[in-house]
Amino acid sequence: MPEHIVRSFDEELAKVKELIAAMGGLAEAQLSDATEALARRDTVLADRVVKADAKVDAIEIEVESLTVSIIARRQPVAIDLRGLVSAIKIASEIERIADYAANIAKRTFALSQSRAWDDIRAVVNISRLAEGMIRDVLDAYLRDDVALAIDVWHRDEEVDGLYTNLFRSLLTYMMEDARNITACTHLLFVAKNLERIGDHATNIAEMVHYVVRGHPLAEKRPKRDTSSFELGTALGDKKG
Amino acid sequence: MTVVTSHRSPEVAGTAYHPAAGGHGIAVEIDKFNLWYGKSQALFDVSLAIEKRMVTALIGPSGCGKSTLLRALNRMNDLIDGVRITGKIAIGPQDILDRGTDVIQLRKRMGMVFQKPNPFPMSIFDNVVYPLRVDGVRDRRLLVETCEQALKSAALWEEAKDRLYESALSLSGGQQQRLCIARAIAGNPEILLMDEPCSALDPMATSRIEELIDGLKADYTIVIVTHNMQQAARVSNNTAFMYLGRLIEYGDTDGIFTNPTEAQTLAYVTGRFG
Ligand SMILES: Nc1ncnc2c1ncn2[C@@H]1O[C@H](COP(=O)(O)OP(=O)(O)OP(=O)(O)O)[C@@H](O)[C@H]1O
Ligand SMILES: [Mg+2]
Repeated sequence: MPEHIVRSFDEELAKVKELIAAMGGLAEAQLSDATEALARRDTVLADRVVKADAKVDAIEIEVESLTVSIIARRQPVAIDLRGLVSAIKIASEIERIADYAANIAKRTFALSQSRAWDDIRAVVNISRLAEGMIRDVLDAYLRDDVALAIDVWHRDEEVDGLYTNLFRSLLTYMMEDARNITACTHLLFVAKNLERIGDHATNIAEMVHYVVRGHPLAEKRPKRDTSSFELGTALGDKKG
Repeated sequence: MTVVTSHRSPEVAGTAYHPAAGGHGIAVEIDKFNLWYGKSQALFDVSLAIEKRMVTALIGPSGCGKSTLLRALNRMNDLIDGVRITGKIAIGPQDILDRGTDVIQLRKRMGMVFQKPNPFPMSIFDNVVYPLRVDGVRDRRLLVETCEQALKSAALWEEAKDRLYESALSLSGGQQQRLCIARAIAGNPEILLMDEPCSALDPMATSRIEELIDGLKADYTIVIVTHNMQQAARVSNNTAFMYLGRLIEYGDTDGIFTNPTEAQTLAYVTGRFG
């Protein structure tokens, strides 16, 4: 893409991308720390994650006000306008991701009181996948790399598959022994949050496609998570 | 997520874009039109179908041939020495470039509004009814009625009704431009040609003209040349992007400004180096 004749316009667009990169980096680290806190029963780390969420929120507000100001002053069109409108939406997706990371961290306090669960390893696996999706979708966003975005988009299927497996396994424990219910419910929420994080990364991937190509991704997103049929919306979270 | 997408098929420069069905049909069909000023060619194989009762914007960098194309529609280029043309410009069944075309008759079907308001140094009333007087209309009642009608259509009636016999030059720039629009429509044309009609106006007067254009398209086919891309985006249904005498891309305005097909159009509308 050639540069704008007005150089300060390019500088402002670069600033938006910079903020989103910083925000995404934070959210990714938050998720990684939250999972580590959970796995190691580290309530100090968990506490830090919960408190750091405010930073992500602050950057989101910064992205929004800078973007609105650019739109008002420069009246961008075409790819520039798509980029700016998507920047606001991507920032809000990242903000949600960080929220989920904080939620996961909070579960550490409850789970550190219960017995150790083997399934924590499955949780860590899903988390690693989700972290990879966030990292790559941000790279795709920063480099306008549609192929990478589509790759991330497909990976959501794997997250959904792992989530469904974990869901079934936790359900079995709960049916086996009622005393498992509290801890397993916490783990279920964690798994559900991770699955939602995958969805948000997928949304960002779709936006990267839209910004660069000018039309939405035509394929239907593969959905393999069938757990919602089994437990209805008991976990209170609708699929996006 | 929901997004706005362009629904045009990719255009090849030099081929006629036929707007989607559902409009009011084609008012003017320009087909492989070429124009030379002496030895230098100003327009190259321009093909463009202008929709009836729609606003078509011509955009492009200075010198790309917008005014030349606009003037070709009412054969104003005839007045310039050494102009040579080839191609076809059809209004209905008639090729207006035919030798046999009655140019006076043709120009009556067109109203033209220029960049600088150019009222004649006479009263507001005389300005508006000028096209009728030229036509030999003497019926005072008809003149008065037409004047009121035209001034109302041009959204100038309220400001002008108590000073119809004052000099048109006493009006503000924005009022003068609306007066020129009133004059252009008093002759009951089919097509309004506007060459940068707002470039000398302040934002308020510009908004009034844009509002006016929006209302006028119910009755008229409007072709507007503008350097103000936001204006093209705001007022037009279709936009043609011209570059160095060629039509690069033509399509619905929404598509041109959200997702143009040609790299040159994208560079121009987003303010990039082309
Ligand atoms: N009367 C003329 N004699 C010779 N060349 C002319 C004449 N009028 C225009 N041209 C040339 O034809 C080309 C197109 O001019 P035109 O006025 O149509 O451009 P334009 O797109 O309207 O530009 P602008 O946006 O500056 O009004 C230019 O290169 C111009 O120099
Ligand atoms: Mg011109």
